[in-house]
Amino acid sequence: MEINKDLIAASSTPLVLAILAEGDSYGYAILQRVRELSGGRMEWTDGMLYPVLHRLERLGHVEARWEVAKTGRRRKYYRITPQGRDQLAEERRQWQTVDATLRGIWQALSLPVPAVALPERMAPQGGA
Amino acid sequence: MSTMHATHALEEQIDQWRTYLRRRQAIHPVDVAELEDHLREQVALLEEAGLASDEAFLVAVKRMGDLDALSREFAREHSERLWKQLVVPAESADAVQRARTDAFVAVGLALAAAIAIKLPALFGLDLDDDAGFYARNFSFFVLPLLTGYFAWKRQLAAGTLRWLAAAFGVAGVFANIYPFVSGGSSEALTALHLPIALWAAVGIAYAGDRWDQVSGRMDFIRFSGELFIYYVLIALGGGVLMLFTAAIFQSIGIEVEPFFESWLLPCGMVGAVLVASWLVEAKQSVIENMAPVLTRLFTPLFVAALLAFLGAVLWTGSGVDIERDALIAFDLLLVVVLGLLLYAMSARDPAAPPGIFDVLQVVLVVSALLANAVALWAIAARITEFGFTPNRTAALGVNVLLLVNLAWSANLYVNFLCRNGSFAALERWQTRYLPLYAIWAAVVVVVFPPLFDYI
Repeated sequence: MEINKDLIAASSTPLVLAILAEGDSYGYAILQRVRELSGGRMEWTDGMLYPVLHRLERLGHVEARWEVAKTGRRRKYYRITPQGRDQLAEERRQWQTVDATLRGIWQALSLPVPAVALPERMAPQGGA
Repeated sequence: MSTMHATHALEEQIDQWRTYLRRRQAIHPVDVAELEDHLREQVALLEEAGLASDEAFLVAVKRMGDLDALSREFAREHSERLWKQLVVPAESADAVQRARTDAFVAVGLALAAAIAIKLPALFGLDLDDDAGFYARNFSFFVLPLLTGYFAWKRQLAAGTLRWLAAAFGVAGVFANIYPFVSGGSSEALTALHLPIALWAAVGIAYAGDRWDQVSGRMDFIRFSGELFIYYVLIALGGGVLMLFTAAIFQSIGIEVEPFFESWLLPCGMVGAVLVASWLVEAKQSVIENMAPVLTRLFTPLFVAALLAFLGAVLWTGSGVDIERDALIAFDLLLVVVLGLLLYAMSARDPAAPPGIFDVLQVVLVVSALLANAVALWAIAARITEFGFTPNRTAALGVNVLLLVNLAWSANLYVNFLCRNGSFAALERWQTRYLPLYAIWAAVVVVVFPPLFDYI
């Protein structure tokens, strides 16, 4: 299943913030986590994550620091800021509203829900 | 294939990828480092999964996404980068340190220049009363420091340094031993020509060991033009600052003009040269495109103005009215045309075939030569009547100097257009000609005052 670009873009902020809320992380690991959470269904072009991270950094939602990883390479780690947590809560509210609205209309239509094999924890709530 | 070999090949591929990425202005070296870390982790994981290292590299690069799209995303997020920031983005901590030292030295030298121009005041030399002294010695407050800056940056050999110091020493002697008539033309000519002669010393320090090569001299021409543009910009900013400050101080009843005249203006004038030079050095790639852009903009306009002038001369049949300053005006015209020619050349790809802009350049040079010929004709007719004053002789000398240069340039340019010669020949001619300006300026400084009885 190919997910629409706009949807990917719109969901990237809450998703990245939520992953960083779990703990500090870096680009590659964030992408791995997205794959894991979506069961490989949300395919991001790897490079595109970085402009998103830089935007969040500019907006003050995350802060970055360089560290030397175990491999000996320098690696840029990101940490969510208190402001980022507020933003995450706000995004979450908005997404839940969208989700609830869509759910309402899906039920009213009583369309047969297409079988989506998602990992259990992802399916019911979505977002963070 | 041995593991060693595979690792080596992978490093090479990553190197290439990095170089490719670095060419994009929107992606800074620090971002490239972040992306590289990503790429390496991906490759390592794929190798663990059993892929050969070159396959792993290909897959990892593919996953990274289309570089054009990526660079667009970066540009959108960092739009300011396309307008590169004032502080040069440096690659490593080492480079950052070097940029900082450089800025520190430049600002230090600018302060030194500001102090230098105020030093003579300690010995009772007043800017207004001893204007002649300041005019003759203006170069010495700035150019030795500027030369020193480049000597430091280019790590000049001690031998070169001695020559440069000697040149400044000799210049200092000639600027001050002659018994100039105060306010006379000889003094004014010395004040005007000394910086031109000493600019050669700056050029030698700037180009370092490439001072006798075409590329080194071409770089110095570029530097001079960009310095001029920066200087004008700084001067404009300074003017606005002074107007503004004067206005707000006036509102509280304090007159700041005397402070401006005796401190801010002279100190700013000399300090700005060093600051502008440092900016040109530090921001080489930004304004690099400015001089050529201005050239492209003004070449057609100057062509139009010159053709209109020639048309008017032909149409009305009126000769040039040779007044005191007419020759100087035509000298300036030739200087401007030469400048347009030089900056068009400096930005041109020497390997490119002749184009419409080249034709325009030739028209510019030829029409300037014709206009100048009209003026020279008028002067030659009356020079015996006027006699040789220092001003007129100097103006005539410069005119001949520029005339020879432009005439031969036009010839070489036409050859190039007809595909009889290469563009490099034109560059060689221009760069070889450069010392002549300095030599002529030195002659004016050294020979003219005694020749014309220091009037």
